[in-house]
Amino acid sequence: MPLVNGGKIADDRFVKLAVDTPLPDSGDILVPAERFIAEADALLKRAGKVGVIWPNNRDIDELVPYLGKVAAVALVFPTFRDGRAYSQARLLRERYNYRGELRATGQILRDQFVFMLRAGFDSFEVKKQADAEAFMQTAKRYSVFYQPTGDGRITALHRRMQLRHSEGVGT
Amino acid sequence: MYAYDEIDRTLVNERVSEFRDQVKRRLSGELTEDEFKILRLQNGVYLQLHAYMFRVAIPYGTLASNQLRALAHVARKYDRGFGHFTTRQNIQFNWIKLAELPDALEDLAKVGIHAMQTSGNNMRNVTSDQWAGVAPGEIEDPRIWSELIRQHTTLHPEFSFLPRKFKIAITASDHDRAAIKIHDIGLKLIKNEKGETGFEVLVGGGLGRTPFIGKTIKHFVHGRDILSYIEAILRVYNQYGRRDNIYKARIKILVHELGIEKFSREVEEEWQHIRNSSLQIDDEVIEDIRSRFTYPAYEKLPHMPDELRQAAADTDFEAWRKNSVAPHKVQGYSIVTISLKPIGKPPGDATADQMDALADLADEYSFGEIRVGHEQNLALPHVAKRDLPALWKALDKLGLATPNVNLITDIIACPGLDYCSLANARSIPIAQELTRRFANHELANLIGRLHINISGCINACGHHHVGHIGILGVEKNGEEVYQITIGGRADEGAALGNLIGPGVKFDEVADVIEDVVEAYLALRERPDELFIDTVKRLGVEPFKERVYATR
Ligand code: HEM
Ligand code: SF4
Repeated sequence: MPLVNGGKIADDRFVKLAVDTPLPDSGDILVPAERFIAEADALLKRAGKVGVIWPNNRDIDELVPYLGKVAAVALVFPTFRDGRAYSQARLLRERYNYRGELRATGQILRDQFVFMLRAGFDSFEVKKQADAEAFMQTAKRYSVFYQPTGDGRITALHRRMQLRHSEGVGT
Repeated sequence: MYAYDEIDRTLVNERVSEFRDQVKRRLSGELTEDEFKILRLQNGVYLQLHAYMFRVAIPYGTLASNQLRALAHVARKYDRGFGHFTTRQNIQFNWIKLAELPDALEDLAKVGIHAMQTSGNNMRNVTSDQWAGVAPGEIEDPRIWSELIRQHTTLHPEFSFLPRKFKIAITASDHDRAAIKIHDIGLKLIKNEKGETGFEVLVGGGLGRTPFIGKTIKHFVHGRDILSYIEAILRVYNQYGRRDNIYKARIKILVHELGIEKFSREVEEEWQHIRNSSLQIDDEVIEDIRSRFTYPAYEKLPHMPDELRQAAADTDFEAWRKNSVAPHKVQGYSIVTISLKPIGKPPGDATADQMDALADLADEYSFGEIRVGHEQNLALPHVAKRDLPALWKALDKLGLATPNVNLITDIIACPGLDYCSLANARSIPIAQELTRRFANHELANLIGRLHINISGCINACGHHHVGHIGILGVEKNGEEVYQITIGGRADEGAALGNLIGPGVKFDEVADVIEDVVEAYLALRERPDELFIDTVKRLGVEPFKERVYATR
């Protein structure tokens, strides 16, 4: 599954561990939520970065105390129709100011990239190679956004205000 | 009218180009049907019994004449020459080819019309009072707020993959023409003691398999906070709404399972986090949207022009005027409802030629504006009273002057088995038969206001639960059977109807309805006691007795 990070296809430096995989001595790891919560102290002490895979039906509040210490949070789209992780992503970025890697995993298709970028994702495990290759092109599909989100893009409402004011200056 | 600017047009065009790409990938096999399904639904495209069905949004029911012409053009060029107006301020085309859809969308985009979110598990087209901006006594034009919410919810990055579809309706009048109590969120524009504009917010209404009347979640939300409040409701719903069972995924089930108190506490908590964020709306933004709604330059006209006095001698004209013409905010003007329920025809259908002709009449008599209501009728919102006789003659020539608005033949019906792949029974033929039975205007007038609503299956697209008489088609042992309810209503006193007895066969439906109506005529206290009031006073029993005694 190709990974898109920072807008480009990139190597995945994280190794995904299952609940019971033995802990490797070094290297970056992505750990399921239940294991992370159970073994947080030990996991965070070892060398190498730790990321957590957080399911979409588990309260994000539980993760909040660790946000300063994790290098990545992977949220899950079990199917592309299930949009719970969009809410989790916005909460992490906008309410809890999480600035690490925010990864979309599961059924990730190009038709969701714009929504995901707006919700705060910056890393994508894409299902199809062709979709990963089309990332930049697809991400630029829209230039107008009606609602404010944490991605900071100016909304149509405010763009209109700016246009009005600049027109006002000219006349 | 609301005027799209360059920014709105850009978004619609970007959407069309995205969909063109998605259709191309589907046709080449790059996208599976399962992947494509949700994408096409988000653009209003269903796969039906015979072909693709295409649902186009008419936000808050307002159309300009050039937009109606564009709909006529789509009907003519890409479909079989007609369209079907629905109960949700949409129009549906039943025979469109997938490969041509992007072109149809592009043609509509030129006049600021789109099909975004007319289907799928996202925020649907925001609906409102079809008389918005012209109804006497409204707090203010609810379309300003409808448009604000339409924009905010369009391609919303958090709420485009909800557990289920989500519908918002807004009214600004005490008499609710937008059926807000049967929507996921219903908004009633009100003023508080300080004279500030805000909303009573209702939540959890809806029809379908498990019908509910919406409950008030907050008595007053200030206008500046309405987006954050809606966002809080949606966020709670997105996280906790059930996804394990599509029949239980609507917000009405969540509200019912949690109870309105617990649900509102969750919403309140979420809202406190976001209410002072960038979701707060400054007055400037509202004023900007307000400024893009333009209103006609009304003339100063007499209350009772000579033309109207003279025409009063014509009994046909008078029958139509009494039935179809409603008071307007501005003296000398009227709101004219155009019945799309001619006797013997499918409710809500209009031909391309009729749409074009109506666009012309709107230009001539209604400052180029047309409205679409949830009863599947159209309206011309600004007709000078002196023009009423001329307008009536023109409508009559088009077959659009049936004087039956709000009468028993003004039936709401979904397409049922004639088009819909989910249907269990026919709806349109039942509606056609009933309009024939009650074609006599004197009789219909004697009966008075009476709404019959028909759905071809439990999904309730024809709003059968809230019909004064509701007819629901179900399937039993391979046969179409119809359950009949009475006492439903969709207005400010919204209520769900009650069954009057066992289901009846297709051929018997019209007879049974006649019996119900006869029972009502015998049971009513006075000639002006409406059917719905008689049912409220007496309950179902006396109707049941009369109808089933003889069967
Ligand atoms: C022929 C294609 C159609 C299909 C496949 C279709 C499908 C559906 C489905 C599956 C539902 C149930 C969703 C739910 O509440 O759980 C539904 C509800 C609804 N449909 Fe349709 N429909 C069609 C046509 C129409 C038409 C023609 C109208 C208007 C006359 C309409 C208006 C509605 C309304 C108002 C509801 C809402 C019920 C509620 O408030 O919960 N639909 N439709
Ligand atoms: S009520 Fe049923 S039959 Fe009628 S349009 Fe809706 S889904 Fe189809």
